Amino acid sequence: MRVHVRAGARLRRAWARRSEDGGYRQYVVYLAFVSILAVFALMLWDDGFLSWSNLLNIGRQAAPIAVMAVGMAFALASAEIDLSIGSTVALSSLVAAAVVGDHGFFLGAMAAVGVGAAIGLVNGLITVKVRIPSFLVTLGTLGIISGIARNMNNLQSMPIRNDAFSALFGAGSLGPISSLVIWTAIAFAIGHFALHHLRWGRHVLATGANRASAKAAGLNTDRIRISALMVSSVAASFAGVLLAGRLAIGRHDLGENDLLTVIAAVVIGGTNLFGGRASIAGAVTGALIMAMLNNGLILMGLEVADQLIARGLIIIVAVALSMRTPSESVGDDVP
Amino acid sequence: MTAPALSVRKMSKAFRAVQALEDVSLDVHRGRVTALLGDNGAGKSTLVKCIAGVYQPDSGTVSIDGVTHRISSPDVARTLGVETVHQNLSLIDSLNVVENLFLNREYTRGGSFGSRIGLLHKKRMSRECQATLARLGISIPSLRKPVGLLSGGQRQAIAIGRAVAWGQKIVLLDEPAAALGVEQAQRVLDLIVALREADVAVLLITHNMDRVTQVCDDAVVLRRGRKAAEVRVDQVTKDDLVAFITGAKTTDGGT
Repeated sequence: MRVHVRAGARLRRAWARRSEDGGYRQYVVYLAFVSILAVFALMLWDDGFLSWSNLLNIGRQAAPIAVMAVGMAFALASAEIDLSIGSTVALSSLVAAAVVGDHGFFLGAMAAVGVGAAIGLVNGLITVKVRIPSFLVTLGTLGIISGIARNMNNLQSMPIRNDAFSALFGAGSLGPISSLVIWTAIAFAIGHFALHHLRWGRHVLATGANRASAKAAGLNTDRIRISALMVSSVAASFAGVLLAGRLAIGRHDLGENDLLTVIAAVVIGGTNLFGGRASIAGAVTGALIMAMLNNGLILMGLEVADQLIARGLIIIVAVALSMRTPSESVGDDVP
Repeated sequence: MTAPALSVRKMSKAFRAVQALEDVSLDVHRGRVTALLGDNGAGKSTLVKCIAGVYQPDSGTVSIDGVTHRISSPDVARTLGVETVHQNLSLIDSLNVVENLFLNREYTRGGSFGSRIGLLHKKRMSRECQATLARLGISIPSLRKPVGLLSGGQRQAIAIGRAVAWGQKIVLLDEPAAALGVEQAQRVLDLIVALREADVAVLLITHNMDRVTQVCDDAVVLRRGRKAAEVRVDQVTKDDLVAFITGAKTTDGGT
């Protein structure tokens, strides 16, 4: 009996310690993941929700979203936002398709990612040098890039006939594991490492939490903000490569509807929408939740309209549970 | 007589039509605490920010140990040995104690490659943070806590501890004990005295005359962006200082 009491006290202390730094909220995304998985597994047992092929399907669907989410986590962590990721996906899929034919899979992928880096650099430079919020800058470049993508092949999709490209970036697998899942794991590993083990990651968080203080500490916040926006664009262009690989085409509307899904995934994952706090593991888990919802609601036989409503409600509940009131404000700017 | 650790000459700074500083000169000596006094809007924080590289003065010079430098950024100021504890800008609330203490001065591991990519040496920073705080007699319950969750006194102690930890020779403090309880304020004052004993030059902005007489050696009074007085604290009374601040009494920079 006494043992139980003591264990209870210890648990309470552990709980109190946790709630001091972020509290239970940082674990909401994992709880949500497990509970949604459990609910779907029970409800859709007969529809084969838990079958290997369906789980793989979810993983494949989640991959581009997860890769974009890793990038977006850095943009949000630095208190910026990148609305142009959807059109970046489309343009880089087209660039990959255009280059792969003559120059092979490697240059095709590199060209696409290079386009992403260039877009991020432009987004960042305008944001920092012209002093326009990245929300508005990327809203503008979203349209511009989308227009360029539409013009590139007159709204036609560009086929990719390169087995190496398709195998490496989408259709192939290593043993039972799809290459898409492997790329997701790589993106997660790089992102997690950069955020927690590199000086740059720490400076991104400092800049996002309080730019004026970060500046006063001597950080080059301009360069940090530009680099965070570049990471977001590069991740989006790589997501474009993955979509192009899976579908074996480049097309102007790939990724067009992914922006809000990505933001929802990142925020559910515990990244502060207003900067200063980020979780890469959370962002990837958030992406898995989004793909799982998509898949499960379709298997449940919901109409598209009902799917949208159900997904919206679930996202609001999850975000409400995982968001902390932004006590660490962005801070007043140094003139 | 050696050159003062910090010497400001004829510094001016305007924000649009407002002349925040006009021809202000002052010296801060090693091993002495100089009070920077003045009413709200007298230009105290502007002066400190100009020295710290946060603002660029319109004219005037800053010399450190007799050598004139252009302090183009906070980073330059730090490299020259000037550490600033700003009123609100010193710490990043969401980072923890160790992360704040080492912000922009992180240790890296993994040799030259590690330092190029900025691979953090977390263990070393954690260890040295503990040692530094212990040496200064600052007790913080958890170094892993975001500093936003610490008390005002603990936060100030960390901000000042950062200056000490890095062996800086000039420390600028903007109202370090404002909004602190009596005991916490006393602890901050103890830290300032410790700085003086370590032969650091300290410039202390404060509104509290008791603190001036308690820990300061010299006092410079600003009034509407100009220097109203520069005196030795042991040669004036609190009432004199208040009179300088309100403009009831003036000197011409002499003691």
